[in-house]
Amino acid sequence: MQMPELDAGILARRDEVVAALRAIVPGEGVIASERAMKPYESDGLTAYRQLPMVVVLPDSTEQVARVLRYCHQQGIKVVPRGAGTSLSGGALPLGDGVLLGMAKFNRIREIDFNNRVAVVEPGVTNLAVSQAVEHAGFYYAPDPSSQIACTIGGNIAENSGGVHCLKYGMTTNNVLGCEMVLMTGEIVRLGGKHLDASGYDLMGIVTGSEGLLGVVTEITVRILKKPETARAVLIGFASSEDAGTCVGHIIGAGIIPGGMEMMDRLAIDAAEQFVHAGYPLEVEALLIVELDGPQAEVDDLIGRVEAIARQCRAVTVKASGSEQERLLFWAGRKAAFPAVGRISADYYCMDGTIPRAQLPRVLARMRELSASYGLRVANVFHAGDGNLHPLILYDANQPGELERAEAFGAEILKLCVEVGGVLTGEHGVGVEKRDLMETMFTQTDLDQQQRLKCAFDDKGLLNPGKVFPTLHRCAELGRVHVHGGHARFNDLPRF
Amino acid sequence: MMDVLKPRDAQDVAAAVQWALGQSKTLDVVGAGSKRDLGRPTQTDATLDLSGLIGVTLYEAEELVLSARAGTPLAEIEALLASRNQELAFEPMDYGSLLGAPPGRGTIGGALATNLAGPRRFKAGAARDHFLGVTATSGRGEEFKSGGRVVKNVTGYDLCKLLAGSWGTLAVMTGVTVKTLPRAETEATLLVAGLDDARALEAMATALQSSCDLSGAAHLSRPVAARLPGELGLGQPMTAMRLEGVERSVTHRMTALQTLMRSWGPLLVLDPQQSRSLWTAIRDGIGFAESGPAGGRIVWRISTAPAQGARLGQLLAAKADVELAYDWGGGLVWAALAPAEDAGEAIVRAAVSVCGGHAMLVRAPAALRARVPVFEPQAGPLAALTARVKESFDPNRVLNPGRMWAGV
Repeated sequence: MQMPELDAGILARRDEVVAALRAIVPGEGVIASERAMKPYESDGLTAYRQLPMVVVLPDSTEQVARVLRYCHQQGIKVVPRGAGTSLSGGALPLGDGVLLGMAKFNRIREIDFNNRVAVVEPGVTNLAVSQAVEHAGFYYAPDPSSQIACTIGGNIAENSGGVHCLKYGMTTNNVLGCEMVLMTGEIVRLGGKHLDASGYDLMGIVTGSEGLLGVVTEITVRILKKPETARAVLIGFASSEDAGTCVGHIIGAGIIPGGMEMMDRLAIDAAEQFVHAGYPLEVEALLIVELDGPQAEVDDLIGRVEAIARQCRAVTVKASGSEQERLLFWAGRKAAFPAVGRISADYYCMDGTIPRAQLPRVLARMRELSASYGLRVANVFHAGDGNLHPLILYDANQPGELERAEAFGAEILKLCVEVGGVLTGEHGVGVEKRDLMETMFTQTDLDQQQRLKCAFDDKGLLNPGKVFPTLHRCAELGRVHVHGGHARFNDLPRF
Repeated sequence: MMDVLKPRDAQDVAAAVQWALGQSKTLDVVGAGSKRDLGRPTQTDATLDLSGLIGVTLYEAEELVLSARAGTPLAEIEALLASRNQELAFEPMDYGSLLGAPPGRGTIGGALATNLAGPRRFKAGAARDHFLGVTATSGRGEEFKSGGRVVKNVTGYDLCKLLAGSWGTLAVMTGVTVKTLPRAETEATLLVAGLDDARALEAMATALQSSCDLSGAAHLSRPVAARLPGELGLGQPMTAMRLEGVERSVTHRMTALQTLMRSWGPLLVLDPQQSRSLWTAIRDGIGFAESGPAGGRIVWRISTAPAQGARLGQLLAAKADVELAYDWGGGLVWAALAPAEDAGEAIVRAAVSVCGGHAMLVRAPAALRARVPVFEPQAGPLAALTARVKESFDPNRVLNPGRMWAGV
């Protein structure tokens, strides 16, 4: 993976930079020793490691602004980091860059039930928001599986989803406002407790921008009333085609489940051996369909889903009869990644989205690829929205296996794009999928995105080397080229 | 004579913008023209009429996606979705009656470019939340795309969000993909009669914090409620709460909601048909219709924190002759002011600065909209950032210059 060239001039001035940062963030907020920086060398994508030049842990917006202003003046690159759970290398440090850790921003500033919002700092974990409001029967809807560790700031950067996002939306649909520091050190406020942007929807652009546009220092999120109850149905199928058809029929019947997950045989077997969730073992695909809402509604919909499943040749159909049973159904799915980890030395988690009707074609092709690469693959799938998580099993201690796993993964993502899908549904591009961006976008598409980046960060100092395969200078991108095309213009109907 | 250019496809659009760039001309970007009286009046060299870019290019109900050319009439899309028991869940409002124009004329591109929403906004989102993919031509005359045709996607910046609500000032959309959702099986509405604004907003906050799962919460002050069509009109203020879902669920929640609201005032339950008419009327601002008794009034649309809605209304009423309606549980305030030299701007902006949020001048004579800032004014680093974002798409200010703010 080619990262931006190290700036020798900056590295030569490292002591001076460290001292300047210490003047802004006193005490233990600046970490410069190699050993103490070690925990920051990678994020959830552990195949990539790089020590930063220095780590800074500010604890106020003012400090963030001063650090960024200093780095902007000095031309020093900055990589923001939340909890470091990114699966795409979004928080991978740069050797000549400042790693800006936001962990000290860990307070919930306000809970406002009348407006149904919470105002939190970016270092607050996703789960902590729900925990802070659950006494009143509220929760924060996006629930990435790393929710115990990942932070709201990181969720903004990645536009995180979770198993419930088909019904309740991703992060972008659940945040109302933020305070953000630009690379120049300027502070802007976007949105608030009200709905919709007052001008351009900059909050919508910042969400999912992977730390390339600004550093968020406060966030206003929506909180929702918890559904009265939830029940799940476990449905086994003899083929993934039948399972896919069933998903289509459920949605076609006007039912949007709170969660709808699919697992293939390898994932089912691994999960069942691990947590004994009571999954059927003689099936090729398993669906977990969860309905939530008032009891009367849930019972009614469970009945309809069971009927649809039987029409779709389900082999086994079992609805949860108690809250414990519902949680047990989920325990297997939630443990699917570690369960696969038990049957393989290492695994590589992919994240593409496909139009759901393409599932049989994609799974068939994946089986062929699995055979030709000589690596097993287990599939976990957010079936309602087509977000596929193939887990490629490999052993990093076997020479060449990691590279094979990565090549296999890249083929899967290209396949997702080929069938009308996208490279990433919720994990982000980061460094991992950066060089695949051209399979989905033309150079013009990517140039327009980079121009927008220039509007926020004119020197390209914020998290460079992520998302975009090639970097251009803003001045170069800004030039307007007037094309010919007069023939077509002369032909244009006019009145 | 001003040119009207009518592209037949996306390449024509690119050619038109390239022509404008080369000749230093400006373009007024128009779909069906149903919202031309919204925003700042612009003076451009030519009109780019997208009404020829029509047709649904993909609709897969089970995948919850629909793609269409940007000029496709919204009514056509809504009818197609209805045939499969689906809808655009953001419930796009129709500005027709408010602006004194025939209803039902908008396009899908226009709905997205102006980020339309309806009463379901607080639950289901606005157009932005359902906008999955786009192809467009920037003010640089370059065709680009963003997003895709799947409902879950984080690949690259989400330019759809930025184009939603950009009023055609950044790029000309040529093709769009939106998320479609099942229509609710049924609906019902509970009316609470006779509450003053403050009590009504408290009642709505109470209901919104319950498990009743409202999909609409609006309050119409007496004069506005009185103008509702036919049997819907009450002689007193009206607070409306909508429930949608499967029959058993709506019945169950209606019982719970009635219990919750019993002590607040006299209750009345509307059947599904009455409920639908009422919410269409609320969505489209029927009480302030140009052809009705409030026709001469200046109309502002104000988004604020729901719990601040009543205070905002009080601040306006203390300083002006105003008729008020509240939607989104109090988070959307429609204020119809008696004509004033500054369109009541000073009063409205002052109230918004106290309560938070933003205000848009929706209905006023063109001369007033040219003089008074229509969108919430911006200052400092945010204004500079907005200008740079415009620059990144449309450096020569070819597209709808000045439609949102002078100079942008």
